[in-house]
Amino acid sequence: MKHTGRIHSIETFGTVDGPGIRFVLFLQGCALKCRYCHNPDSWDTEGGKLRTVDEILAEIESYVDYYKRSGGGITVSGGEPTLQAPFVAELFRACKDRWNLHTALDSSGFCEPSHAEALLSVTDLVLLDLKLMDQRGHVDLTTQPNDRTIAFAKRLSQRGNRMWVRRVLVPGFTDRPEDLIDLGSFIGELYGVEKVEVLPYHRMGVYKWQQLGIPYTLVGVKEPGPEEVQRAYRLIEQGRSMASGAQ
Amino acid sequence: MSANEQELRSTTEPVQFEGWRTFRSGRWQRHIDVNDFLTMNLTPYEGDESFLAGPTEATRKLWDAILLLMKKERDNGGVLDVDTDNVSTITSHAPGYIDRSLEKIVGLQTDAPLKRSVQPFGGIRMVIDACKAYGYELPEEMIRTFTDLRKTHNQGVFDAYTTEMRTARKAGIITGLPDAYGRGRIIGDYRRVALYGIDRLVAEKKEDLLQLETDVMNESTIRAREELSEQIRALGELKVMAKTYGYDISRPAATAAEAIQWLYFGYLAAIKEQNGAAMSLGRISSFLDIYIERDKKEGTLSEEEAQELVDHFVMKLRLVKFLRTTDYNELFSGDPTWVTESIGGMGNDGRTRVTRSSFRFLHTLYNLGPAPEPNLTVLWSTRLPEGFKNYCAKVSIDTSSIQYENDDLMRPIYGDDYGIACCVSAMRIGKQMQFFGARANLAKALLYAINGGKDEKLGDQVGPAIAPLTGETLDYEEVMRRYDDMLEWLARLYMNTLNVIHYMHDKYCYERLEMALHDKESIRTMACGIAGLSVVADSLSAIKYAKVRPIRNEQGLAVDFEIEGEYPQYGNNDDRVDGIAVKLTEAFMDKLRKHQAYRDAIPTQSVLTITSNVVYGKKTGSTPDGRKAGQPFAPGANPMHGRDRKGALASLSSVAKLPYESSLDGISNTFSLVPKALGREADTRVMNLVSLLDGYAAKKGHHLNVNVFNREQLLDAMEHPEQYPQLTIRVSGYAVNFIKLTREQQMDVISRTFHGAI
Repeated sequence: MKHTGRIHSIETFGTVDGPGIRFVLFLQGCALKCRYCHNPDSWDTEGGKLRTVDEILAEIESYVDYYKRSGGGITVSGGEPTLQAPFVAELFRACKDRWNLHTALDSSGFCEPSHAEALLSVTDLVLLDLKLMDQRGHVDLTTQPNDRTIAFAKRLSQRGNRMWVRRVLVPGFTDRPEDLIDLGSFIGELYGVEKVEVLPYHRMGVYKWQQLGIPYTLVGVKEPGPEEVQRAYRLIEQGRSMASGAQ
Repeated sequence: MSANEQELRSTTEPVQFEGWRTFRSGRWQRHIDVNDFLTMNLTPYEGDESFLAGPTEATRKLWDAILLLMKKERDNGGVLDVDTDNVSTITSHAPGYIDRSLEKIVGLQTDAPLKRSVQPFGGIRMVIDACKAYGYELPEEMIRTFTDLRKTHNQGVFDAYTTEMRTARKAGIITGLPDAYGRGRIIGDYRRVALYGIDRLVAEKKEDLLQLETDVMNESTIRAREELSEQIRALGELKVMAKTYGYDISRPAATAAEAIQWLYFGYLAAIKEQNGAAMSLGRISSFLDIYIERDKKEGTLSEEEAQELVDHFVMKLRLVKFLRTTDYNELFSGDPTWVTESIGGMGNDGRTRVTRSSFRFLHTLYNLGPAPEPNLTVLWSTRLPEGFKNYCAKVSIDTSSIQYENDDLMRPIYGDDYGIACCVSAMRIGKQMQFFGARANLAKALLYAINGGKDEKLGDQVGPAIAPLTGETLDYEEVMRRYDDMLEWLARLYMNTLNVIHYMHDKYCYERLEMALHDKESIRTMACGIAGLSVVADSLSAIKYAKVRPIRNEQGLAVDFEIEGEYPQYGNNDDRVDGIAVKLTEAFMDKLRKHQAYRDAIPTQSVLTITSNVVYGKKTGSTPDGRKAGQPFAPGANPMHGRDRKGALASLSSVAKLPYESSLDGISNTFSLVPKALGREADTRVMNLVSLLDGYAAKKGHHLNVNVFNREQLLDAMEHPEQYPQLTIRVSGYAVNFIKLTREQQMDVISRTFHGAI
């Protein structure tokens, strides 16, 4: 089966989406419309460029040495990569067959778990973005409810997939203590979470909203400082230990 | 049958100096052969940085005093003081000190720190202008001496320049030529002063002179005899200078302190005599390590004391200053001196040349804080010890003050005792020198090909008068044909121009002392260079893969271009355009090779612009790649700003394709990242940078400057320079003080690609 994927862009020197130096493939298309999104140009499911798995492999080939040396690999991000799960699965499979490359999926988890089974079987690490535990807040922030994401996370836990859970910290939106504690206790119930990353919200993508002519609604929201990030880590940790205490 | 070293030694017992005690003997004792000494006596170090010592009290005090002087210098408009009365020679000035009671290593260019001297042998004009720019006046007497009585290099060159050379120079198709000042880029083997002492070096040179008592006195023999005599004289003066500081350097150095002091005196004499564009130091840290290790073994030196010696030596190197014009400083961003020191690398015996002192020299960036000089250059091999690799990466991330050059690429060509002159020019220490040739503007040459040899800015006929291209769109084949002819013309003119320059430099501004620290038979290269490589590669790619329409002025000259459609751009690891860059590099090198170089020098070429990419850009009209008139070129071999869209590795891969064999004088690549682009945690950043450097070396990339900065930090430094006196950034094959850049250059640095996904 030869699949084609809708590609937004590639980054040959990714260092923040999984371990080591990584080839990061950004796919086009996302069902969420997060208000803090720094890649709104990757939402449109009709945009991007169509590329075959072989074409992507050819792009990766000359850098494999760098990825292997650093304990890195390939990360597919987006957009939302699970929207193109068959393509990503084929790509990951090929990366493993050819170079035994480490594979990571950077996802919001907004995906029917059954739809991603084949993909998850060739994924070494899932970078799972848990944006908000609060249902209503999630709709307000992303336009969609979060039950799919919750179900996806539970399925990963059940399958034994390794995970890094991430939370973008947006002051006034995703930094409420109760939600961070809830996030922690949810994580505490999952198997396979190797790392939790709190990513401070930044405004470097705002210009893209302006270019696309979409109103940016997070006006006046400040980028959180290191203390706020540390506080978030503490609260998540607090929730985690509560959950494990309850077990 | 030939005798081996063992037998030879048993018959002629070498003189035993105190300075040679406990050293393993070898060929180095009977011949001037520093590399043999290194091979026999070096102690490779495979560990990490945990042994290093912080600054001593004396170091702190001394450095504070220097920082204060440097601040005064900045407040005074860039120059603290000028001695306009004495022409600088090796012995011209009385000893100078910063604080004699604290200085472990002594010696200044004049009798006071940061007081600049006048060095008119390269050209009196430059000295007059430089004095004027900083509010000083050169005495009439001296101007007359160097105008009417003693000819300078500059005058000699202009006596011989042809009309065509003058025009090409004015138009800026060949620029940065060392025709008004010292050429530099010659590295004396200053280690010889420490290892052998002056008397032995003089004796060897006298032997050489005797060998030249031949039957036929032809021009080359006469010149060689005169040069050798000058070298001997310079060595004598060096001994006298050292004496004024209270040292007798006629014998070999006997301790680490003496070794550093002797070596530094050698270097100091060179910079008192020559204000060459780049006055590089060579490869001295692991040499000095042998003395430090011996003293430590003998119990006469502690780690603190060893580091103190290194710190004090490095302070002296940070104080090296030349009197230069403001134009010159604008071209080169600040006032770089390129005191390049090459560190690390591997030996041909498979052992590393990394020693504890390799760490000690890098450690000065913590003990004294970051600084552009000395230009610390790590000779990177994938086989370097891991501890050293990690430390280098850490220092890069913390200070942005070091550059990397590929030892695995250079060692097979230059052996294991080469060093870097200036930015990226490798040469065997004491066995090879180069004639520095600045660079030809290949982007302008492309416009000449389109415009029939007329300069797009001046409107004058500079190149050969050929029919201009008149079609509505540019045809790739046709452009390439014309361009090839134009490059043929340029290569010839360029080589001829360099021949004039170096003939005159040898005649009127000969590097007596630096050449005294070379072998008699040294290799010479004619180091040509090219600018605008990425502009031309993208332009040709645009012409080939998109539609390019010239917009012509009333004179019929193409002054702008309209591009229809997309085209592959250099910097994205796309062979369609990278191949154009590769072929262009090879083609121009081949054209240079066709021409006879002065003194049978071997032609080489660099892809290096220093920071003149800004100035060249200013002098060059709009180009077919979409770059507008006056906009800067990319520095060195870098892709054009913002055109590398697939991330750092794609960008590095494009540059690594450029063939070193056709650019033996170096291929410069400057790489700027935001800290986060190396990873989220400190140890991850170190690991990722090491992997990146290993990967680039394995791909045969030649050179990499690594800057780790936030754009915001640089913007803040522009607004509050006083808070960033030591902020150092790598710009080409060297580093500069960010706050000393012009605003225009600061903006150029900031607008360049900062790798880092958002």
